[in-house]
Amino acid sequence: MSGAGGSPYAPHTPDETAEMLAAVDADSVEDLFDIPESVRFTDEYGLDARTEQETRREIGALLARNDDLTEFLGRGHYDHYVPSLVDTISQRSEFITSYTQYQPEITQGFLQVLFEYQSLLVELTGLEIANCSMYDAATALAEAALLAKRVRQADGTRVLLPENTREERVSVVENYVAGNDLTVETYPTEDGMVDLDALRETVDDDTLFVYAENPSTEGVIEVSLNEIGAVADDHDALFCLGSDPVALSLLQRPADVGADVVVGDAAVLGMPTSYGMGLGLFACREDFLRQVPGRLVGASEDAAGKRAYTLTLQTREQHIRRERATSNICTNQAWVALRTAIHAAQLGPGGLVDLAEQMVELPRELAGELDDVRGVRAPVNDGHHFREFVAHTDQPAPAVAADLEAEGFAVHAVGDHELQVCVTDANEPAIPDLVAAFEEVA
Amino acid sequence: MERYDQARFSQEDDGEYEPLLSEKSTEEVQVESSLPDDLTRDSLELPALSEPELARHYVRLSQQNYGVDTGPYPLGSCTMKYNPKFTEDLAARPEAAVHPDRSEESVQGTLGLLHGLQEQLKKIGGMDAVTLQPPAGAAGEFAGILLAKAYHESQGEGAQRDEIVIPDSAHGTNFASAALGGYDVVELPSADDGRVDLDALDAAVGENTAALMLTNPNTLGLFERDIEEIADIVHDAGGLLYYDGANLNALLGRARPGDMGFDIMHFNVHKTFATPHGGGGPGAGPVGVTEDLASFLPNPQVRETDSGFEFFEPASSIGKVHGFYGNWLVLVKAYAYIARLGDDGLSDASAKAVLNANYLAEQVDYDVPFGPFHHEFVASAGDQDAADVAKRMLDYAVHPPTTKWPEIVSEALMTEPTEVEGKRTLDQLAAAFNAVADEDTETIESAPERTTARRIDQTEAARDPRLSWHALDN
Repeated sequence: MSGAGGSPYAPHTPDETAEMLAAVDADSVEDLFDIPESVRFTDEYGLDARTEQETRREIGALLARNDDLTEFLGRGHYDHYVPSLVDTISQRSEFITSYTQYQPEITQGFLQVLFEYQSLLVELTGLEIANCSMYDAATALAEAALLAKRVRQADGTRVLLPENTREERVSVVENYVAGNDLTVETYPTEDGMVDLDALRETVDDDTLFVYAENPSTEGVIEVSLNEIGAVADDHDALFCLGSDPVALSLLQRPADVGADVVVGDAAVLGMPTSYGMGLGLFACREDFLRQVPGRLVGASEDAAGKRAYTLTLQTREQHIRRERATSNICTNQAWVALRTAIHAAQLGPGGLVDLAEQMVELPRELAGELDDVRGVRAPVNDGHHFREFVAHTDQPAPAVAADLEAEGFAVHAVGDHELQVCVTDANEPAIPDLVAAFEEVA
Repeated sequence: MERYDQARFSQEDDGEYEPLLSEKSTEEVQVESSLPDDLTRDSLELPALSEPELARHYVRLSQQNYGVDTGPYPLGSCTMKYNPKFTEDLAARPEAAVHPDRSEESVQGTLGLLHGLQEQLKKIGGMDAVTLQPPAGAAGEFAGILLAKAYHESQGEGAQRDEIVIPDSAHGTNFASAALGGYDVVELPSADDGRVDLDALDAAVGENTAALMLTNPNTLGLFERDIEEIADIVHDAGGLLYYDGANLNALLGRARPGDMGFDIMHFNVHKTFATPHGGGGPGAGPVGVTEDLASFLPNPQVRETDSGFEFFEPASSIGKVHGFYGNWLVLVKAYAYIARLGDDGLSDASAKAVLNANYLAEQVDYDVPFGPFHHEFVASAGDQDAADVAKRMLDYAVHPPTTKWPEIVSEALMTEPTEVEGKRTLDQLAAAFNAVADEDTETIESAPERTTARRIDQTEAARDPRLSWHALDN
């Protein structure tokens, strides 16, 4: 249809183009570009066009340069088997080619899915409010710190994160809060968990926000969540808990341990690891409703009196409130939230709890097997683990990791002699081969 | 009897269908674990349906949703284009699903693609360096704000330059991103012709100015013809010029932000380079900068060496704006789209987008002030309420424009057909506009009547927020 060398997706025939030009009284399309000669681009980008088949072949070949490794990687991003239902439904073009639901009457489908996603998070966290997505765990955490600034009555400038928080997350939080004159500090951890005494020492009345993770960055299930919440509460600081939907299916309900906000990456359900593309989970107490960042879907009725859904409380958002908005987030991760909601529904409550329990048992088993390998001690942290654990190697950890990679396995080197190993339902079948590789290289 | 064949725009619906997460379809399971009881929750209550039931549930919901593949979607400033399907296959390749902590040596394909997209965007933007990390346009704006701040701090003027100047017609995210960065916003009133008022700009900028954020063409679809003077005024005051890439689709092959004097820009690759918007995301908002600002870019950057691709940390990096590397799968699709179109395809896309906007503006009976238009225009609904006009347009089986914004035009209908609509579709859109223009208030106030849901009470939704099925129970 389109002329040679043009956009393959512009449907204009030459006759139609001529008719349209006549209608706007122009001799050529170039006449419509109201760009001064002095800034007109007359060169070429130097990008050659390809056919669809050629493009596929080229990019396929490029991506195929990635090594085919069996990953035992985690630390905030996890691989669980994603049921085919998720791909099939989420790829339906009515969903994936739509935009934000500014016209609810013709976007009821997506609105209902997002309402269901919010409902899922409310059940998992026990908190009353969940938004329908932030970008990832790091940005959700940063937005939570900013929420603390808005909702806290007294002044306070200190944002406290555990010292084992991923440095990437710390950096994102620092960037987000700098404009609000908040400072980010870390407090000590011990044995993969919060060091409660050290936390008590660190917190003061200038503390605005206390963050902890369950499970922690090192894969340890936190045992003193109530106490951490109480420390924060004693100083009128917000208690923010980092977690994920699978862990929350099994572990203590955040609402029961005093959490004011829950953040994390919800894409552990619905997405492969996707080089870190995520889904920022954000849930909080009802009192913070008008200060929540991001989009909210609410239930209402249509003119015929039927249940219907719509975006709501948009006066918090930047397209209305501009510089006084609760956040600058506009485009979010709605489609990932859709995938997460479908995955969770496919598992159902029984399937979610079973998957989560498997995430307790698998690292216990794998750590036990690695502990039997000469030169390896695992896990180095006492306590219960979820999905992952840290192992000690007598050899330098980076060298062991590199040797394992040569054998086809990816693990984290997290210290001079520490490796972190993550096991889920996705890589479980490769456990014997991993143990054998450890025996060879460790 | 339900009419599934007309689920999307059905007039009749018995209301018998229960939402998945209704109180009626849940099951409470007791949590059994090998963990001590005090570390676990007691129970979990969620819907428990079979896979066939779920498949029908979600297919039905998809039928109640409107996308670009359903029909025209002329939502101004959002560039809702048709999305080619082959890019989905590429993003779904198993090699694309790697963990973000993989060693650089083992993900040369991923790094090669990131590097390739950086190079493509540098050429298209006329910029010296690009980061792909921001996961959306507004995140790109925020990254740009941080870059401007880092630059001024390096000049010893960080504290002094505490204002960002933004035209009143700008996207709301500009204001929010500037505020997030800790800046005061100075709003710039538009001139009578809808463009930047040079005298007002002259008055607004000075020793406190960190940057001017500008959309060009602006949200009225107008090219800022005085861009060189604007750049001079801002630069003479010591400020930086920021380009909001939301409307870049109008410039492909015709003009580059770098050549126009912009120091920082963001690309909305999900808009300009046709990756699906996914119901509101994920997007991706890469940021391009001139040489002077390259050393401040987020960590890490990708470069090519003799031995392959590698990450490196820019000398004065601002750090990170996303936990990992941004919305990678969106970047894959953008790279594929740009590779597919090349110079000629991109240039033609822009040509047809601009032709379509001018043609449609000519066909609608509503008043369309200003012009000529680049890829979008703003009509005024005049005596009618723009939101009502939009609701009534739904009855004509098209997605309506963006409404009530920018406020410079009263009862604004901000319309962007994009290049993917042909003349017949544009005529259909114009017919929908013009039919509504002739209708009486009563008709449009009671619209829509042919959609899945009739008009929804949004006031009630905000007055009594019910945001989960738990809230419905109460």
